[in-house]
Amino acid sequence: MSQIGSFTLLLALALSAYCFLAGLLALVREGPGSARLSETARRAGIATFGVVLLAALVLVIAAFQNDFSIAYIFHHSNRDLPAPYKFATLWSGQEGSLLFWSLLLSAYGLVLRLRYKTDTRLFAYASVIIAAVQVFFLLLLNFAAHPFAVMQGSLPTDGNGLNPLLQYPEMVIHPPMLYLGYVGFTVPFAFALAALIMRYPGEKWIHITRRWTMVTWGFLTCGIFLGAHWAYSVLGWGGYWGWDPVENASLMPWLTGTAFLHSVMMQEKRGMLKTWNMWLIFSTFMLSIFGTFLTRSGVVSSVHAFAQSSIGDWFVAFLALIFATCVLFYVNNRSHLRSEHKLESLVSRESSFLFNNLLFVVACFTVLWGTLFPVLSEWVQGNKVTVGPPFFNRVNIPVALLLLLLTAVGPLLAWRRTSVESLKRNFLWPAIGALAIGALLVALGMRPWNDSSYFYSLMTIMLSILVALTVISEFVRGGRVIARHSGQNLLASMGQLAHRNTRRYGGYIVHFGVIVIMIGFAGAAFNKDKEQEMGFGDRMTIGAYTLVCQSYTQDDNPNYSSEWAVINVWKGGKQIDTLYPERRFYKASQQTSTMPRVRSTAKEDLYLVYEGLNQDTGRPIIKAHLNPLVMWIWVGVWIMIAGTLLALAPNAVPVRVPAPARMHAEPVGAGD
Amino acid sequence: MSSMFHSRSSFLRRSLQATALVAAVLIFTGAGDESARFNDLGHRLMCACGCRQILLECNHVGCGYSDRMRAELVAAVDRGDNDDLTLQSFVQKYGPTVLAAPTKTGFNRVAWITPYVALLLGLGLVGLIARAWRSRPLLRPADLPAPVHGVELERFREQARRETEV
Repeated sequence: MSQIGSFTLLLALALSAYCFLAGLLALVREGPGSARLSETARRAGIATFGVVLLAALVLVIAAFQNDFSIAYIFHHSNRDLPAPYKFATLWSGQEGSLLFWSLLLSAYGLVLRLRYKTDTRLFAYASVIIAAVQVFFLLLLNFAAHPFAVMQGSLPTDGNGLNPLLQYPEMVIHPPMLYLGYVGFTVPFAFALAALIMRYPGEKWIHITRRWTMVTWGFLTCGIFLGAHWAYSVLGWGGYWGWDPVENASLMPWLTGTAFLHSVMMQEKRGMLKTWNMWLIFSTFMLSIFGTFLTRSGVVSSVHAFAQSSIGDWFVAFLALIFATCVLFYVNNRSHLRSEHKLESLVSRESSFLFNNLLFVVACFTVLWGTLFPVLSEWVQGNKVTVGPPFFNRVNIPVALLLLLLTAVGPLLAWRRTSVESLKRNFLWPAIGALAIGALLVALGMRPWNDSSYFYSLMTIMLSILVALTVISEFVRGGRVIARHSGQNLLASMGQLAHRNTRRYGGYIVHFGVIVIMIGFAGAAFNKDKEQEMGFGDRMTIGAYTLVCQSYTQDDNPNYSSEWAVINVWKGGKQIDTLYPERRFYKASQQTSTMPRVRSTAKEDLYLVYEGLNQDTGRPIIKAHLNPLVMWIWVGVWIMIAGTLLALAPNAVPVRVPAPARMHAEPVGAGD
Repeated sequence: MSSMFHSRSSFLRRSLQATALVAAVLIFTGAGDESARFNDLGHRLMCACGCRQILLECNHVGCGYSDRMRAELVAAVDRGDNDDLTLQSFVQKYGPTVLAAPTKTGFNRVAWITPYVALLLGLGLVGLIARAWRSRPLLRPADLPAPVHGVELERFREQARRETEV
């Protein structure tokens, strides 16, 4: 097994190196044979996918066969590990996850190389760039983090097992989603760099990459929130985001990627922000690589990080190489990126995008700064400091609130300039609605002056209402026009409206999802928790709930032994549920893990954690959290996904956008 | 007319006074709550067991630190120690990494200031870009149709308004 795996990795390296070198040669040396050379490079790139897939399959099969002669399998699996987690072994350790990175990159490369007829030359450049990234990862796999390294000495009979925290169903889909996001940004990066190198005329590369970027962004969004849901469901501290360096590493490219998805519209519609967009997508890709570096180098300590290793130096060198390449081609070709239009008014869609991008980039910088400050502090002061949630919340929440305000205002501003009458017409009623909701919340007992978190919470809800009302008014206004012309009812007209311009209305639905999530975040200001030892029949009251311990017991299976309590949940004099908070002890890894149980409603989550047995009394200690509005976060994510899918769907009628004079007009999705 | 104006301003003044009074009552109603202080301080400290979790969120079974640290925090709040004194006593006992965020002294101030400086610099940069864009000559391809003015422009605007109602 180990030899097959090692051979496939070497073969994959040779193929991707050929794809890079032959593709590059074909592009540089224009001649009669260059087309054929380019074709061989393309085919080598396609073959790379097959070979890397084979290597990944070998590793998975080794996990299922309990082949502990392979060190990676010994460290991350064991005989009694359930089958889905044996499959997840592929990405649960340093070497396997790098192989998974490489597999996903080769899959993206496969799709790109199969679609090369869209624009042969642009795709050939992009293919070469992707091959270069692939070569780096395959070099790492072959020479620095070999997943098929064999165990020294006598063969162990069983493995160390998978980290208990990773033995949860979501861990089978969270990392692939996150990696699809991380790795996927290589494609828009490759197209952007290709367009810059070849001084690509017009914005067609943006149209081509828009779909790639949105798909990638969608995966990253899913990955981040699946991670948050996993943290909430497994870690047992009652929260979903702890500003851990690894969480931050996934957030940074998401922030710049989101900025890019907005600012790219400026380039499509107005031929502006070309340099900015180029650097934004360069930065997004570099931040993806940087995130991978952060989790693997041991530079910052994190509960999620892989073992500290020497591959950090490889990543630093690779990042430096990427940056130097980007700078080199930018300096040589920057004249190609001049803006075609000027800003006509500060009250316009263009300026709202400028501010939107500024805020996203500042938020990203703040996260990066906070993540790296402990390293800087150690370097300057000689001692590390902790930069935890209080810092990130205080610095980022005001930025997030400003972004929410722009989410309400920006989409309703017209391109070029917006009149005061139009502003009044669009915002008067939504603003009155938001203020009314704010006043109602204060009347109902919310006291924003008592605590800054209450203030931020109130502001978040009010701004979210403002965004919701502006989005709804946009749908209703457009729907009414269609209803008048077609005679359909308003709801059907709004559906048709969204289908006519999927990108615009898909975007609105994404915004709606964002505000639902923000309302969920706002609930965190009112979290409550209580801890109590609970014997048979003991009661605990939290909020409107009364918890009664019916019993507590133990269980055992080959993978883990467990202790759990049976807690009856009462509300308003009626028993409404029974929850079974649990604590597990995994035998192979000799580690404990909690399995909280949650009763989730739109109003609040009742979240119970079995903290352990009191050694003196032998009775379980139960911690109860009452977390308002958490369900809104997960619902908001589904809405965001729906909006993203709608934005990716083709328009009912392709809209012909007037093209710049030098370009041919072609059907594209109508923008906002 | 004058008496009507006078009665309206008097009503406004009284309304403002009443609002200020209600706000003051509400503000002071929530002051001095010990459990709120414990909760606030407990979220400004990290558990020292190495789990990288906020003290009040550490849920490690058998954690050798969190219970002891919580008890020390309760004692400090009960004694009436102020926030700075309480946090300092934890720093002396567990080291500077026990604080969940950098202090606002010495080099640590840089951590807090930099994001705001970045925002201000960014705003300045956006302002400069906007100014440069507004004053820059256009790159206009030669074969673009001539811009429309006057009655024709109004006709187009009216058509757009009619068709979109936006």
